[in-house]
Amino acid sequence: MIIEDFKAVIKKNIRDYAMYIALVFIMIIFSILTGGNFMSSRNIANLLNQTGYIAVLATGMTLIIVIRHIDLSVGFLSGFLGAITAILLTQFHVAVWLAIPIVLALGVVCGLITGLPVALLGIPAFVSSLAGWLVYRGALMLSTAATGTIIIPNESFNALGNGFIPDLFSWIPFLPQYHKTTLLIGLLTICVFILSEMRSRSRKMQYNFAVLTKPLFLLKILFITLIITYITFILAGYNGLSWTFVIMMVVVIVYDFIARKTMLGRHIFAVGGNPEAAELSGINVKKITLFVFGSMGFLSALSGILFTARLKSATPQAGTLFELDAIAACYIGGVSASGGIGSITGSLIGALVYMSLMNGMNLMGTDISMQYIIRGLVLVGAVIFDVVSRKRKA
Amino acid sequence: MSTYMLEMKNITKRFPGVLALNNVTFSVKKGEIHCLVGENGAGKSTLMKILSGVYPHGQFEGSIIFDGNEAKFSHIHDSEKAGIGIIYQELALVPEMMIYENILLGHEIQKGIQIDIPEMIKKTEQLLEMVHLSVKPTEKIKELGIGKQQLVEIAKALSRKAKLLILDEPTAALNENDCENLLNIIRELKSQGVTCIMISHKLKEVMAIADTITVLRDGQTICTLDKKEATEQLLIKHMVGRSIENIYPTRTQKPTNETVLEIKNWSGIDSKTGRKILQNISLTINKGEIVGLAGLVGSGRTELARSIFGNPDGYIVSGKVIANGKAHQFTHPHEAIKNGIAYASEDRKKNGLILIQSIKDNILLANLKKISSTIGIIKSEEEIVQANEYVKSLTIKTPSIEQFVLNLSGGNQQKVSIAKWLFVEPKILILDEPTRGIDVGAKFEIYTLMNRLVAQGMSILMISSELPEVLGMSDRVYVVAGGKITGELTRQEATQERVMELATL
Ligand SMILES: Nc1ncnc2c1ncn2[C@@H]1O[C@H](COP(=O)(O)OP(=O)(O)OP(=O)(O)O)[C@@H](O)[C@H]1O
Ligand SMILES: [Mg+2]
Repeated sequence: MIIEDFKAVIKKNIRDYAMYIALVFIMIIFSILTGGNFMSSRNIANLLNQTGYIAVLATGMTLIIVIRHIDLSVGFLSGFLGAITAILLTQFHVAVWLAIPIVLALGVVCGLITGLPVALLGIPAFVSSLAGWLVYRGALMLSTAATGTIIIPNESFNALGNGFIPDLFSWIPFLPQYHKTTLLIGLLTICVFILSEMRSRSRKMQYNFAVLTKPLFLLKILFITLIITYITFILAGYNGLSWTFVIMMVVVIVYDFIARKTMLGRHIFAVGGNPEAAELSGINVKKITLFVFGSMGFLSALSGILFTARLKSATPQAGTLFELDAIAACYIGGVSASGGIGSITGSLIGALVYMSLMNGMNLMGTDISMQYIIRGLVLVGAVIFDVVSRKRKA
Repeated sequence: MSTYMLEMKNITKRFPGVLALNNVTFSVKKGEIHCLVGENGAGKSTLMKILSGVYPHGQFEGSIIFDGNEAKFSHIHDSEKAGIGIIYQELALVPEMMIYENILLGHEIQKGIQIDIPEMIKKTEQLLEMVHLSVKPTEKIKELGIGKQQLVEIAKALSRKAKLLILDEPTAALNENDCENLLNIIRELKSQGVTCIMISHKLKEVMAIADTITVLRDGQTICTLDKKEATEQLLIKHMVGRSIENIYPTRTQKPTNETVLEIKNWSGIDSKTGRKILQNISLTINKGEIVGLAGLVGSGRTELARSIFGNPDGYIVSGKVIANGKAHQFTHPHEAIKNGIAYASEDRKKNGLILIQSIKDNILLANLKKISSTIGIIKSEEEIVQANEYVKSLTIKTPSIEQFVLNLSGGNQQKVSIAKWLFVEPKILILDEPTRGIDVGAKFEIYTLMNRLVAQGMSILMISSELPEVLGMSDRVYVVAGGKITGELTRQEATQERVMELATL
């Protein structure tokens, strides 16, 4: 009975669950192949930090692809803005708290510049952002030309990419090996998750929507609770949550909320679903397009800051191919290549899948040329799967 | 040899949550014109898609015998090869390509490895002649009116040597002349031995052309009637399960004399082609009034409506729009909506609805403010309550408001498109072909709804190519021809002849 329900649910939502299954599958495979190294506290912390700057880009890229555009400029834009940050900090001695907002604002401006010809003149985003790719690449080379790699000595800035949140409860003798603030956050997450799931289920039942059967629902809650607990303990057993992870989660939660629960989000998806109908519904398609590109610029800046902090320096190659990684994460995460469909959480999982793959192959010492080939195959495989499973559903 | 061209036996087809066809049996005799009628969502299109292999063998239950052989089509190609030509509810031509390219798409004539263009054009000329269409084969599809496009579709089906021609609501978007023309061509094809199945909601034309009529209701065959035993009333009764005495419900309230919308000397030029599309148009609409905008397809009625409604096509306009006592020059639909004007477009798929989104999202889209907090956060409960209410009051047939609009039948999609604009609570509602592709029962509901709305003080401007509808519903009628208003008629003055006369001026 349960098993049959389970099969039916999986079959119906295969597209939504497939990413999670793929993620678990990848983790298990690499754990076996690396003799457990992959799931070590240290590596998971590392993996999440690596995912951070790609996930941030993928969040913005999700909305870009949803409104049927693309932004190729984000990689070098984040590299360039990272270099600007480094210059502000080292040459102009701007304080960190001031440098960061300046760079984020600059990001918005750059994003808008890419978006303007797209929104106002109908220039294909591919062309507009390809021009951005070239320009920002040049700008990055220019800004690092005099000095070469710019080393950043500022500890508090570098903590954004390498540091961990402080443990406010280390004085409690309970569980001495663990980062207790992290444990607390994990616990809170679980509570919020269970409560919101229960609320949404009861509301759906009230309106006669299809819901999971009770045993399946409990199973799902149990499963996800276990996963969160597991990850929490892994992280708490090392240095706790990293700043990058916290920032990434804040970005994802805010954007996910905007996408699903606000007028702005509905308007964005309406523009993606049918721009003409959206326009006739009183939605200003130009404004929405500009907003989405502006937000992409903002997130590119954030991603650049995280990456620069992680390397503790700005290099002339920073940001190379990030745009493709972010786009791949979106497609793997179920964003439809023809627009209108996608979710922020999906893209986050997509980024995790993609980065796990890279991380795992690195751990195993897979040849870099092989890595590219495998990444390409995974990407195309994910999109094929997406298209086929959607067709079957329709 | 059997006298049947086609026998479909015990066909059952399920979609998630919907039993679209329930044990349907449907037989068509050789050489006849067989009409298929039924309410929106009765399963007509689904039945035809099964016949043509869109839903392949194995995805439904039951058997099909075509021309004496059991048919197991797994793709449209198979049915095409067997001699079935289908023209879908939605036209399937490539607008940017030329007529001959469209007609012979996938069946190009080759000379060696090159395609033989002169030969293709010659063949297309012959085919166009068969459907009495006098245009050059090298014209682009997008240059043609919708009536001519329909004929190109038929020519395309003929080019595949169809023995059985299926037409799914071919006349829904056509004006009277084009309809008549199309029906004549179908009759002619019949005399050449082509069997024909036609789906239509226009019972008059069904009565005019059919040899046999089958009625579907709720996915079941209700009856198959011979032309001689059928009447319009009887068909309606079978279709909706009850009789409807007067399809245009009587109005109880009279319109007021208070003008809510006035258009003065309104002219428009298409900025791309430089063509004058609207010339010096003046009209008024009063509170509680239904004003009809009659005219031929292409006379400029839709352009008029769109240019008033925020001008999304970027026409160069001049003149005045006076709404609520103030003169406006809306530059975006958003402003028109804010001033109480709504426009439900004629082409619901192209620019009315978002097909890949749910009924709920579509209904709420144009007025999300109503269900959001001041800072724009959507109230989830409110959303569901409101959407459900509109689904109920317009009797949209669906298992849930979460259903994608894509999966609704044509008529129910139209209802969603109207619901969406009612949700805006406009003062002036412009309905562009509001009953295109809608069954009699639903039409009656929409007319009743229109009457209810004007009784509550709304004003409606109705664009329609169906003359009886314009005459039956309007308090006043403006006739448009060539981008100009050629006449204004009161309900009493407006007769079929008078309107046609003005429309062809
Ligand atoms: N792909 C699909 N998925 C789910 N339900 C579907 C799908 N296609 C059709 N339906 C449902 O099947 C039923 C029959 O639809 P169909 O399009 O055949 O109606 P119809 O008789 O052609 O109506 P209309 O006159 O409005 O065109 C409807 O209830 C519709 O919602
Ligand atoms: Mg249909």
